[in-house]
Amino acid sequence: MEKDQEFQFTIEAGKAERHYWADLWRYRELFYILAWRDISVRYKQTIIGVLWAILRPLLTMMIFVVVFGKIAKLPSEGVPYPIFVFAAMLPWTFFSSAFADASNSLISNSNLISKVYFPRLIIPTASVIVSVVDFLISFVILMALMAWYNYWPSWHLLTLPFFLLLSFFTVLGAGLFVASLNVKYRDFRFVIPFVVQLGLYISPVGFSTTIVPEQYRLFYYLNPMVGVIDGFRWAISGGQTALNETEILMSIGITLVLCIIGIRHFRKTEKNFADVI
Amino acid sequence: MTVAIKVENLSKKYLIQHEKKSAHYETFSESIIQTGKSVIDKIRLPWGNGGIEQSTEEEFWALKNINFEINQGDKVGVIGRNGAGKSTLLKVLSRITGPTTGKIHINGRIASLLEVGTGFHPELTGRENIFLNGAILGMSRKEIRKKFDEIVAFAEVDKFLDTPVKRYSSGMYVRLAFAVAAHLESEILVVDEVLAVGDARFQRKCLGKMREVSKAGRTILFVSHNMAAIKALCDFGIYMCDGKALPISSVSDAFLNYSVQDKESNRVRFPVEVDELIIYSVDIGQDDVWSLSELDGSKQIKISIEFEVLSDLNLFRLGFFVKGNTGELLLRSLLADWNEDYEDIKAGKYCVTGIIDRAFFIEGSYLFELHASRYGIKDYGVNKRISIPIKILSPAEYNTAHIGEPHVGVVLAHDEWTINKYLN
Repeated sequence: MEKDQEFQFTIEAGKAERHYWADLWRYRELFYILAWRDISVRYKQTIIGVLWAILRPLLTMMIFVVVFGKIAKLPSEGVPYPIFVFAAMLPWTFFSSAFADASNSLISNSNLISKVYFPRLIIPTASVIVSVVDFLISFVILMALMAWYNYWPSWHLLTLPFFLLLSFFTVLGAGLFVASLNVKYRDFRFVIPFVVQLGLYISPVGFSTTIVPEQYRLFYYLNPMVGVIDGFRWAISGGQTALNETEILMSIGITLVLCIIGIRHFRKTEKNFADVI
Repeated sequence: MTVAIKVENLSKKYLIQHEKKSAHYETFSESIIQTGKSVIDKIRLPWGNGGIEQSTEEEFWALKNINFEINQGDKVGVIGRNGAGKSTLLKVLSRITGPTTGKIHINGRIASLLEVGTGFHPELTGRENIFLNGAILGMSRKEIRKKFDEIVAFAEVDKFLDTPVKRYSSGMYVRLAFAVAAHLESEILVVDEVLAVGDARFQRKCLGKMREVSKAGRTILFVSHNMAAIKALCDFGIYMCDGKALPISSVSDAFLNYSVQDKESNRVRFPVEVDELIIYSVDIGQDDVWSLSELDGSKQIKISIEFEVLSDLNLFRLGFFVKGNTGELLLRSLLADWNEDYEDIKAGKYCVTGIIDRAFFIEGSYLFELHASRYGIKDYGVNKRISIPIKILSPAEYNTAHIGEPHVGVVLAHDEWTINKYLN
């Protein structure tokens, strides 16, 4: 028997696996399969089925238009109010649903975690992907809305994927962090809905960033979604709404920090998920 | 031969919480308060004070310093009592949870099956669940598509492929789940107690499938409480007890260890007194050598029991039961079996000796349990306290042409054959 046999991999106490990212690639189909499962399960045993995917954002938008546009009469920088709101609601709905789902994803898949191995990172990521699909559906509605108002996009729209990507990583970083905390401390189950609700009011969804007093702006930009939402508006309105590089850079910076903290904490605690969940 | 799995100094620690209110998970605030408290304690008592510190957590070592090597193509059964650490070992091997200390080297793709139907979603159809479950177990869609028909045929659910599995009978559900898992392709397969599902016919089918899989040269690590299943499937055994593992041995030796260690934890302390019966000793031997644990199959087996009864008894029965290593009863042999007069016994001290014919048991591990009862009145229950594991070797003159050939059947017979050749 050869003693110095090369082993394909080694599990060692307290050491991160070298094959983690390779494994992630090997299990890449699982991203898709888990996301597909969540989507196809969601509308089972409902009468109108997939129609809910369209109805939900549409109804929320109408409420916003009535409350902020008609009752509060907030300025919309010359863009039709429904489009102004919807352009911001797209990233916000994406963020809030992805954040809530990702944070709870590990717990709702605890049966998988305690019985099968695969890179755990896949679970929260797959739930963010589900929200991306929802986003795309809402985006089609927006296109229809713009056609209705005869409001045509310009080249600015081509920058939209960048802002989507930015919000994807914002929510992934935050989601991974909270999801891994949630495994051990179930308090976060109660914190998450609160954060999502509060976030709606401290993000420029129903109103424009311009109504925030100048001296508080920098502080306001600490919310990474401010840059994302303003970016979305800017791209959709063809540059009609304001967007400055400070908020974009801050948004990118904070997203980066969130991702580093999130992935680090996730990787550190991941090995013991099965023990504490 | 190449090594498939090599485990070095593997240990796994769990922290058990001793809390009255929240048993399962701590709350964030609690942990903050705890941290705060310990900081304050540190400041107040910088040199520490063991007496004051209130420990709410206890360490529990589920695995203690485990070492073994499994060669490629070996089929290894892991046996031991509940809580011995078998499942934890499989969990660490399949990377579900990390070890506390030690290393595991693995060669080849490892697939683990710790539960049947992990990830099945009740709302999805059978067809959808095959893909979902397959992907979770690490199969690619291409692989699943290739094996799809085979899986469906094995599970016998072709009529219900497009029905949500929540409408399945539990038998169908389990069949489908096992079918997916059974078609996993991997060099190493880790299986925990999954055959305990379905009806007897399906269990046989599963076992057959496992055997087929094992013939393909794959390495298998198998935990089950179904000893017959382990015997049928595995060549080697690891006996685990209290988180420790004995070196890999043959399956029958592992079972012998199992029964020995199992009894060792409550080793018999003679005399054993039950009501009016006192047992002073029980001994097994051959020729005039006693206290043997390994017997020669070509010689008679002697059993001697010293006991005392404190009053005159009728309907008294004393003797032993011999069980095979899966616990099945093979032989009952009692003092009064062939002589009813022995059932009436006067108060006093006795020594009885029983003899089992030579060349009666096939080679293997057995358990000799003492039996004492009064027919229809009571069982003294001494079998729980006095049982002796015995290994019996093949008679030297038996099957001499093929010494290594495994024994078949349950008993040997000291049979005599003659052959006569016809002249034309």
